[in-house]
Amino acid sequence: MDDTTASARVPRRASLSPHLRRLESESIGIIREVAAEFRNPVMLYSIGKDSGVMLHLALKAFYPGKPPFQLLHVDTTWKFREMIRFRDQIAARHGVKLLVHTNPEGLARGINPISSGSKLHTQVMKTEALKQALDKWQFDAAFGGARRDEEQSRAKERVFSFRSPGHVWDPRNQRPELWNLYNTRINAGETIRVFPLSNWTELDVWQYTRAEGIPVVPLYFAAPRPVIERDGQLIMRDDERMPLKPGEREQVRMVRFRSLGCYPLTAAIESRATTIDEIIEEMLLTRTSERSGRLIDADEAASMEKKKRDGYF
Amino acid sequence: MTDTSETHAPEGAKPAAAAGRESASGKALLRFLTCGSVDDGKSTLIGRLLYDTQLIHEDQLSALERDSRRHGTTGEELDLALLVDGLQAEREQGITIDVAYRFFATPRRAFIVADTPGHEQYTRNMATGASNCQAAVILIDARKGVLTQTRRHSYICALLGIKHVVLAVNKIDLAEFSGERFHHIVADYLGFAEALKFTSITSIALSARYGDNVVHRSERMGWYEGPTLIEQLETLDVGEGLDAKPLRFPVQWVNRPNADFRGFSGTVASGVVQPGDRLVVAVSGRESKVERIVTADGDLPEARAGDAVTLTLADEVDIARGDVLAHAQARPEVVDQFAAQVLWMVEEPMLPGRSYLLRIGTRYVPARVTSLKHKVDVNTLEHIAAKTLGLNEIGFCNLSTASPVALDAYEDNRATGAFVLIDRFTHATVGAGMISFGLRRATNIHRQALLIDKSARVRLNGHRPAVLWFTGLSGSGKSTIANIVERELHAHGAHTYMLDGDNVRHGLNRDLGFTDADRVENIRRVGEVAKLFVDAGAIVLCSFISPFRAERNMVRELVDASEFIEIFVDTPLEECRRRDPKGLYARALEGKIRNFTGIDSPYEPPENPELVLVPSPLGADEEARRVIAELKARHIIV
Repeated sequence: MDDTTASARVPRRASLSPHLRRLESESIGIIREVAAEFRNPVMLYSIGKDSGVMLHLALKAFYPGKPPFQLLHVDTTWKFREMIRFRDQIAARHGVKLLVHTNPEGLARGINPISSGSKLHTQVMKTEALKQALDKWQFDAAFGGARRDEEQSRAKERVFSFRSPGHVWDPRNQRPELWNLYNTRINAGETIRVFPLSNWTELDVWQYTRAEGIPVVPLYFAAPRPVIERDGQLIMRDDERMPLKPGEREQVRMVRFRSLGCYPLTAAIESRATTIDEIIEEMLLTRTSERSGRLIDADEAASMEKKKRDGYF
Repeated sequence: MTDTSETHAPEGAKPAAAAGRESASGKALLRFLTCGSVDDGKSTLIGRLLYDTQLIHEDQLSALERDSRRHGTTGEELDLALLVDGLQAEREQGITIDVAYRFFATPRRAFIVADTPGHEQYTRNMATGASNCQAAVILIDARKGVLTQTRRHSYICALLGIKHVVLAVNKIDLAEFSGERFHHIVADYLGFAEALKFTSITSIALSARYGDNVVHRSERMGWYEGPTLIEQLETLDVGEGLDAKPLRFPVQWVNRPNADFRGFSGTVASGVVQPGDRLVVAVSGRESKVERIVTADGDLPEARAGDAVTLTLADEVDIARGDVLAHAQARPEVVDQFAAQVLWMVEEPMLPGRSYLLRIGTRYVPARVTSLKHKVDVNTLEHIAAKTLGLNEIGFCNLSTASPVALDAYEDNRATGAFVLIDRFTHATVGAGMISFGLRRATNIHRQALLIDKSARVRLNGHRPAVLWFTGLSGSGKSTIANIVERELHAHGAHTYMLDGDNVRHGLNRDLGFTDADRVENIRRVGEVAKLFVDAGAIVLCSFISPFRAERNMVRELVDASEFIEIFVDTPLEECRRRDPKGLYARALEGKIRNFTGIDSPYEPPENPELVLVPSPLGADEEARRVIAELKARHIIV
């Protein structure tokens, strides 16, 4: 795999630690399993670091061939502009087909994270849009980059996670998953979400990204960026669509993002980490969790579990 | 710590806990599960491990403080269990329902903990957690000692192949930190566990709630000289020795991007493979030599257990997903019958004779349980005679697969000795199995090749053979219609035979009753007989209620696809009850007949029958005419 992207390139390290090699092999096995058993799988590509690792593993899994599936990005139209640029570069570079879907009804209704609120925006532009896309292209399996260490309800998720017709997740009635004998059989209308990074931690993802020289969106690295302070969080104003509240004023601060989502719903952290080494360093010293900057998780108690039952990744 | 040396941290800038987290990347990972009864404090113990190894973040801590006030059971203190119980229902009920996976690391090792539920109704979830673990932490409440649940959990761990046990005698603070109490419990446990043949059992006195002997050594138990829990977990040598075992390479994916490259992708399950090795395809016996071990990072000089690679071979050998590659001198067994321990995981009982889909390695194959030798009382380990297995029950069974499979005993190799059973209609995972041994019988009975075959008989008879399978409720008119059809076929000059449900129960199946298990066996035998008649060139008319889809489907698979005609005699239940030609509905409704289809036993209508007959105002003759027309349309008769 050649590394010639303009964005945030890191030199390739010689060899992987046994721990990362084991994680890599396990994930490659999962990805191959899906390709072998499903009629029409798709890989959800959310542009973040986890998606980057997942795509990298997929490219490795089928070497010297190409992954026998497409990528899908569910675009809420509120992603950072840098993310979209990066997305298009990556697709072009690997010669993989990238599908993009936006919920047309949501767009027509003018749903947005600012006046509609984060909950409705996420429901319509992410969850509903995802379900529309899966139905539209008749995908029977969809890869997601979620990890069990991210959030409590994700800790209970299977690697091959069954969805009944309508994309419903029933956490009380999941298929038992023993050994690595994944049950890949489904009936018409049923689908499977597959999580090849289930057993990775945030630290594993960064260490692997560094070791393998996987490109990441520059937003992960600290740089002077225009932000406003709102409810104790630093929000970057990526374009004119986000109005300022009385008393708010844009200021340039040295910030980066630990997790990337829709820009008004993703808070930045103050940081001086401009390389992956420094990001890892910073993470080892940090005292807040990865998703603390994701405003949608704090909507209500057990928020992620509710979203997942509805079909969110 | 190779990775840390590459970062540019100023010397000594890192606190101990942080250094620990990064070091995880260089150590052998330990996967362990925690098990214990409902109130033994499993979740609290894991919460304590995370908390004391400083893996709880500030925002998680503030969420924990909020939750402790709302759902907590520890008064003013933090309820650490709430860190672990992730599902809303679990937090509300204060119990663990499903397996949760947690990640933490110390400077010496990285860990994945499977937190599994303790209650008997979640045995399957515990087995799920145990299936990927190398060690178990079994909790005991110091006040209660060894309980029935302790025995059950230990048995399940042993069954799933766990060799290393840490006996965590918890809540020692509530037993006055008593050494006497601790030693009494340990002696009690060791006496019981001897039969389970664990390689190591280490006992630790601790208090998860206050942290004594979890990560930090207790100052309140001067008599205790053993390790803390974390010390034990950090140093436990689980040496599985997978590399030293015979090579098993289940082929997962045939990688063929272009005409010049044909590789076999998969993960080495055990052993070591190198270029130049002579490999054999276990089931077909064909051999070839390894040419290259291909990865995206370049070719490898060898691949070991756990490595995901792609092999290319020197010869064009027919190899597909599901095949197992091995060294010729150390092959797996190849059999179509074997004995195994089976854990049943769904409400609907396991029925001997029913066809399930079996997954072993990367292979799916239809399989039946041919006999259930006994089930095991998981609390006393006693063997009990049984005809079926219910949810969470474990039984010792013989299984037979539709074609030979490569396997090893589970004890020798988890990867090639484990299987799951899948329901063929709902596709639910219904059972998990651990193979004990292959049955030699399978390898010694070879089929006798015959000179006159089915096609020769078809030419002589002038018509094709078929099974006409009439299914429907009692009193629906199956036998009446079948009789007329047979009369018409006979007049046509066709060779026919009628197998009638009532008639076979007077002879061939006189030993069977009407339980679900007996109904399955009834249909299996009829199916085998029908197959013989088809082979003889006859049109066999089978008239059976045959209420279950799975069995009808099993018969369908015994013959060629074009030879099975499923005829659904779709007479509504009210009409059948009104007719009641044998007075059976009346007796069933009085409670004099049990397991009567349509009354207290279900009927599963066919999903895609070849023909559906609804009652015709012109009577059974008209329905029979439709059957004959169908046979002509399908070129069974001319």
